[in-house]
Amino acid sequence: MSIDISQFIQTFLEESFEGLDTMESLLLTLSADDSESIDAIFRAAHSIKGGAGTFGFGEVAHFTHGVETLLDEARAGRRLVSPEMVTLLLASVDCVRSMLVAARDGTTLDRARVAAIGRDIETSLKSGVGDQATSDQFAKSSAENTSRQPSAERNGWRIVFIPEVNVMRSGNDPLRLLQALEEFGEIKVTCHTAGLPSFDDLNPEECYLAWEILLEADTTRDSIAEVFEWVDGQCELTIEPLSEFTETMPQENSKLHAHLDVPEEGPGSTIQDSAIVEKVAPTANRNRGDSGSIRVNTDKIDALINMVGELVITQSMLGQLGLKLQSGTNEQCIEGLLEGLAQLERNTRELQENVMSIRMLPISFAFNRFPRMIHDLSESLGKQLKLKLTGEQTELDKNVLEKITDPLVHLVRNAVDHGIETPDVRVTAGKPAVGTVHLNAYHKGGNIVIEISDDGAGLNKARILAKAVERGLVPAGQALTDEQINDLIFAAGFSTADAVSDLSGRGVGMDVVRRNIKALGGSVEILSREGHGSSFIIRLPLTLSIMDGQLIEVANQSYVIPLISIVESLQVQQDSVKSVAGRGMVYRLRDEYIPVLFMQELLGTYIGNSKQLTDSLLVVVETEGQRAALVVDDLLGQQQVVIKALETNFKKVAGLSGATILGDGTVALILDVSGIISLSRHNLGLTRSIRTEEIKAA
Amino acid sequence: MTKILAVDDSNSLRQMVVFTLKQSGYDVVEARNGTEGLQKAKAGQVDLVLTDVNMPEMDGITLVRELRALPSYKFTPILVLTTEAGTDKKQEGRAAGATGWLVKPFSPDQLIATVKRVLG
Amino acid sequence: MNMGMNIGTTPAHPQANDFTGTGGEGDQFLTFILAGEEYGVDILRVQEIRGWTRTTAIPNAPHYLRGVINLRGTIVPIIDLRERFSMQPLEYGPTTVVIVVRAQGERRDRIMGIVVDAVSEVYSLKTSDLQPPPDLGSVVDEQFLQGLATVEGKMIILLDIDRLLNTGALEAEQVME
Repeated sequence: MSIDISQFIQTFLEESFEGLDTMESLLLTLSADDSESIDAIFRAAHSIKGGAGTFGFGEVAHFTHGVETLLDEARAGRRLVSPEMVTLLLASVDCVRSMLVAARDGTTLDRARVAAIGRDIETSLKSGVGDQATSDQFAKSSAENTSRQPSAERNGWRIVFIPEVNVMRSGNDPLRLLQALEEFGEIKVTCHTAGLPSFDDLNPEECYLAWEILLEADTTRDSIAEVFEWVDGQCELTIEPLSEFTETMPQENSKLHAHLDVPEEGPGSTIQDSAIVEKVAPTANRNRGDSGSIRVNTDKIDALINMVGELVITQSMLGQLGLKLQSGTNEQCIEGLLEGLAQLERNTRELQENVMSIRMLPISFAFNRFPRMIHDLSESLGKQLKLKLTGEQTELDKNVLEKITDPLVHLVRNAVDHGIETPDVRVTAGKPAVGTVHLNAYHKGGNIVIEISDDGAGLNKARILAKAVERGLVPAGQALTDEQINDLIFAAGFSTADAVSDLSGRGVGMDVVRRNIKALGGSVEILSREGHGSSFIIRLPLTLSIMDGQLIEVANQSYVIPLISIVESLQVQQDSVKSVAGRGMVYRLRDEYIPVLFMQELLGTYIGNSKQLTDSLLVVVETEGQRAALVVDDLLGQQQVVIKALETNFKKVAGLSGATILGDGTVALILDVSGIISLSRHNLGLTRSIRTEEIKAA
Repeated sequence: MTKILAVDDSNSLRQMVVFTLKQSGYDVVEARNGTEGLQKAKAGQVDLVLTDVNMPEMDGITLVRELRALPSYKFTPILVLTTEAGTDKKQEGRAAGATGWLVKPFSPDQLIATVKRVLG
Repeated sequence: MNMGMNIGTTPAHPQANDFTGTGGEGDQFLTFILAGEEYGVDILRVQEIRGWTRTTAIPNAPHYLRGVINLRGTIVPIIDLRERFSMQPLEYGPTTVVIVVRAQGERRDRIMGIVVDAVSEVYSLKTSDLQPPPDLGSVVDEQFLQGLATVEGKMIILLDIDRLLNTGALEAEQVME
């Protein structure tokens, strides 16, 4: 029978990458006396080695063998876990990962690096504390190998097999051993029953027999010894060539009796104190199991989400039908319909929640790269760093997660590069030498909030302002609030690093970070205190496919405003509308003046306003700290909408974030609030001229 | 039908073992660590246990010891899947009561040959 | 326009058979009427033909983009071809149809609808029999023409739908996925 083992390779690769991730994350938090972690790291390496050998990745198996040996010595307490060893092991993890990636994708492997790390491991093995044990082990295994050389002896063998009485306790059955011998050739077996006690004393669980086997076969002594390998130490075994055999059985028998008289103390009954007792797996492992074991094809999920979308549509369609019927006569019918609707709504919501949860992944998937990054940065920058992670189990949509990872990496690099000072500077400033970067995540409202904080120098406002003036981003001498100054670092092409460093000065600026976050429908805010550190606070929607929306009407067409960006909706008070020279119109809301945006013009659907401004409604929206009052013709209902991309068959449209399908099957456009505000800046002149006329007329 | 319990924390190796055994007509029960293995062994008598050594929760050696302590597994063949470096593991395994071992890496054919040898 | 040369579908011209009706070899084209002229598009690009339904206008879009519709859950833009070619607009009536086509672009394929006066016929044409677009006289920009063909004495203007629906304001932008 032949079995194609290649079908298991995919699984092997997946579990190996997971194993490598585990090794990496444990290595980064490893302290010398953490035997539990060392065990887990060893186990991961061991599994990779075992699988690699089985599934034909000889190179990986060979490389991992050295790593495993190092770890084995460490866990046996024969080798101290030094920072150098951790660094070497981390490098080894990278090597194994690159070897597996190369094998999987058929890409080229940096063999020079693998060889170099391999040499480092060998050097370490030779020079390390565990020197003695290791070379012994190698010597032993190579000795085993040489002893297996086939000997040229022929004719046949005489085998005397005298098992210990408790041999069957190990699950070995002498009969099976004889059967195995039979495979070599013809056997003649003599059973010696002299050891049998009287029936009363006979313990059926013990073996009192001995065998003499004459095997006529063209085989080696080693292959016969191999048959008895499992009972080695639990029996007396003689293997001699038939040619040398002389009649010595009586002697053998006396030997056998003598042996049986020895009180029972086979190795089978002893329990070694040194046996390693594994403790309950650390929680990190369990978490990995929870999230790692769910693998759902995203196509399937997307299909499910589409189904849910249809369900939502059906529901709102039924809702409209119900309302229509309500104005009719058949009351009972209406009641039943409304009841069914309530049911449908509940089902829809449940199904939707379930489906969405499939896509939700803990943010630890994004966070788990940072321990390694901080470790590496700490070495390359000569800064002492500590990473604190909280809220790693906070969940968010897989798409959002994937897209937020790069901005997070950039912000963390930035915090380390620009934020955290060198140890001497920190000590002089009265701070601990070790700087802390804190990543925190939590849910708030319908959003996930991710904070990247450091206890470094904070943003240097004077320098930022000077740089911005130099770059012509702000006119010299302009008074700016702290927030406005902080905000300047998000301007395109802004960089304050005195020397362009390897880390942050790579052409990818903070402007890209903000753009990416905005593209996800999120925002980023800075809190900073000079000398005390900075916090970057990112707010993101939990998912990109469904949101709560407010339906509005502008020029007889429905639009959707994300509920999350609406502050309030109100009737226009004529005396609160003010025209500000060069700034269009503003609305006074309590003590605040908010720019007024006329949606009919902004959306290019001006239909010669049928309503007076005083009849219009204002929807006050807020995004990234900016507010605007949108003039709309009517407020319709609120409902959940399934977001459809306009760019699938058309393209991105300024001021819109997508479209959705309403209950009647028509399309409603979803407004992108920050896009609307930027549009209004372009259109300011036009808006002012038309509207001023109308206000005057009114 | 002859029932075999296969215990390994590595999904790929376990899948390979299980697949190979099933192809050969054995009934196979799977477990991912010693604790689970012990539970499954208790839940239904098996004719042979194949267990990895290094596993989280409960390692293979402990599993062997725990199984041997059960009356129903006093004489059941238990094979330990070990690596070539683990000579001391073989001894440890046998001390705990293992019947024998299968050295990794092994091929499906080697696995079947060994299983047949134990089960006859 | 020189229309005479392709008239004369006598049996002496073996190719003439290709120009008659829906049978025969060659590529099939769906033709439609626009301001009295007959235009054709490659039938393999046609997804479906549907009646006119109200569209949702897209803000600040070119005048010929009537808006978008919901086509079984996806958002499909609808382009008025009369407007696109700056022809006299025609009030939409019962014969007004939307031909839903797949436009292949460099970056991705997109589904779009084009509004025409009426659908006409399906013809089989050999690409080798197409005449190059005329130098002058067409209301349609030359770059959107694939060629001219004569069938049963009628001239058919074949449109390059990919180019037409991937030019100017309709051009697909780079989408980060």
